[in-house]
Amino acid sequence: MKTVYLDNNATTQVAPEVLEAMLPYFHDLYGNPSSMHSFGGQVAKKVREAREQVAALIGADPDEIIFTSCGTESDNAAIRSALATHPDKRHIVTSRVEHPAIRSLCANLAGQGYRVTELPVDKSGLSDMEQFEKSLTPETAVVSLMWANNETGVIFPVGKAAELAHERGISFHTDAVQSTGKIPIDMKKSAIDMLSISGHKLHAPKGIGVLYVRRGTKFSPLLIGGHQEKGRRGGTENTPCIIGLGKACELAARNMETENTTVKRLRDRLETALLKSIPQSRVNGDLLQRLPNTTNISFEYVEGEAILLLMNEYEICASSGSACTSGSLQPSHVLRAMGVPFTMAHGSIRFSLSIYNTEEEIDFVIEKMPPIIERLRGMSPYWTSVAQACVSA
Amino acid sequence: MWEYTDKVKEHFLNPRNVGEVENPDGVAEVGSIACGDALKLSFKLDENKRIKEAKFKTFGCASAIASSSALTEMIKGMTIEEAKKVSNQDIAAFLGGLPQEKMHCSVMGKEALEKAIENYQGAPAKEPGAMVVCECFGVTDREIERVVRENNLTTVEEVTNYTKAGGGCGNCHDAIRQIIEKVRAEARPAVRPKLTTIQKIRMIEEALEREIRPSLKHDGGDIELIDVVGNRVLVATRGACAVCKASDVTLKHFVEAKLRDLVSPDLTIEEVVP
Repeated sequence: MKTVYLDNNATTQVAPEVLEAMLPYFHDLYGNPSSMHSFGGQVAKKVREAREQVAALIGADPDEIIFTSCGTESDNAAIRSALATHPDKRHIVTSRVEHPAIRSLCANLAGQGYRVTELPVDKSGLSDMEQFEKSLTPETAVVSLMWANNETGVIFPVGKAAELAHERGISFHTDAVQSTGKIPIDMKKSAIDMLSISGHKLHAPKGIGVLYVRRGTKFSPLLIGGHQEKGRRGGTENTPCIIGLGKACELAARNMETENTTVKRLRDRLETALLKSIPQSRVNGDLLQRLPNTTNISFEYVEGEAILLLMNEYEICASSGSACTSGSLQPSHVLRAMGVPFTMAHGSIRFSLSIYNTEEEIDFVIEKMPPIIERLRGMSPYWTSVAQACVSA
Repeated sequence: MWEYTDKVKEHFLNPRNVGEVENPDGVAEVGSIACGDALKLSFKLDENKRIKEAKFKTFGCASAIASSSALTEMIKGMTIEEAKKVSNQDIAAFLGGLPQEKMHCSVMGKEALEKAIENYQGAPAKEPGAMVVCECFGVTDREIERVVRENNLTTVEEVTNYTKAGGGCGNCHDAIRQIIEKVRAEARPAVRPKLTTIQKIRMIEEALEREIRPSLKHDGGDIELIDVVGNRVLVATRGACAVCKASDVTLKHFVEAKLRDLVSPDLTIEEVVP
């Protein structure tokens, strides 16, 4: 049996074209792009090309692209730079549903005396723009709002939010790790100052990220060292991964339509079929303002880890927002912020697709899920009472 | 992904005794859907007052389901007095161990068993004077005291792993710390009950596994329990310890001291050469 991988918001397969593009730069063309000799110079040329490819995907200029080691580094660099360049301002605005890369960082900064406002979200996972506007003060140094949520796929109106921040002279950062490559991004038409990308979410390898910094934005580096990345990020360039990410961005631009047609259709088919065949199930998050590849479905009265491990028996890979899988004892902070009831939150499963998924795989999952849920509900003390209530009603 | 033993996986994939006993002699429900796991246990006695039938219904993760299945298998054939002695460690041991973060699943089993027995005996369901310490998960001081005592816990993190207390907002961490200190202060001067050899072996094995082997393994060594004769603990050293000149010192000052602290102050350790 073949693995059915529906966990692409966690990480993705490196595209074969990406791997092929990278391979020569480990062993044969291992030169340092900073060297004076042409052996290193030829690598510098490829890094330049990669920078152009990344810039093209998001409508940026190549010199606005800084290569980092991951999305978390990009997030850290962005927030810390905004604070360092606005030392008189001590307020940060973010949301309750951010990735831990932002949430934990802000909690850490709050411990150092910064004031942090976490915007609430409604039950569809969206923030109220009026409330957002009210949270902005003359004290605010930076706003960080994610472009799309990793658990639900819900898309935030970051363009509008960035404009509101800009009107007040406040820096705006967005974690675009999940949205890059899945929905169109054009920095030329946007007021966003800084944007984070992670390579391994779009078929490039792990260990490579990007921070976009708009030209003219004051920047204070996180890693201080050599003159790499124009002094904005010290450290010898991870040349194979940079070249791989360039290729991945080129492919992503080409596959953007597939993501929004084929992948979306498969996602919708999976979602519709599961909701129809499994009673007491529902989708978490706004149905329209959503990434084309993600669906987060709650199966009431069963627990997520148990579901995942039964899916694992069929080599179906997905994620859950249940307490037992969150690494803490409470269900996902995203679902809690959305007010998803506990009966639903513990039994939430996130399916996230990619262009490599097939009709057959989706059919297989549609066939296997209902008996898995039924089996666990058969063991659940709550399901018995619900079922009895339904019969007597 | 959790590292579950094969036995946990097997009991999760093929749980025994799922359901509810008809006309049960004892029944109890512990946990809640908000906490993420819940267990309904029911049992019936035969004419000799031994547990003839035990069944469970569980909402929860794989280890919660496996712990429930294990519990029902373990108590079948037991008298009420025997069943009362089943501890959360026994449930975990039956399954070949549980990840530390999942020990609360075995505690849930123990609690359900205790409440079901209370239900059978008509005892009050609520412990008098118990006070809720952890508001997030509704855990009382009595429950925390007990797991600290029975499992020899020393940190707030361990208490969270065993009871969930302190795993939510974190406001009760100080209160939990105070309970740990209180229980440990009580434990020191207390006269320990006389242990049977079987109890000793079990406790020594557990102390070795939990407190001693991780340190030895860190240095590439290991230790094996060969026999227990009275208070003489016969062990063999393995790996780096077997060739280490300082292993005598390690045995006396580390292993023996630990075992005396955790099992019985009368123990002496001896190395046997195989």
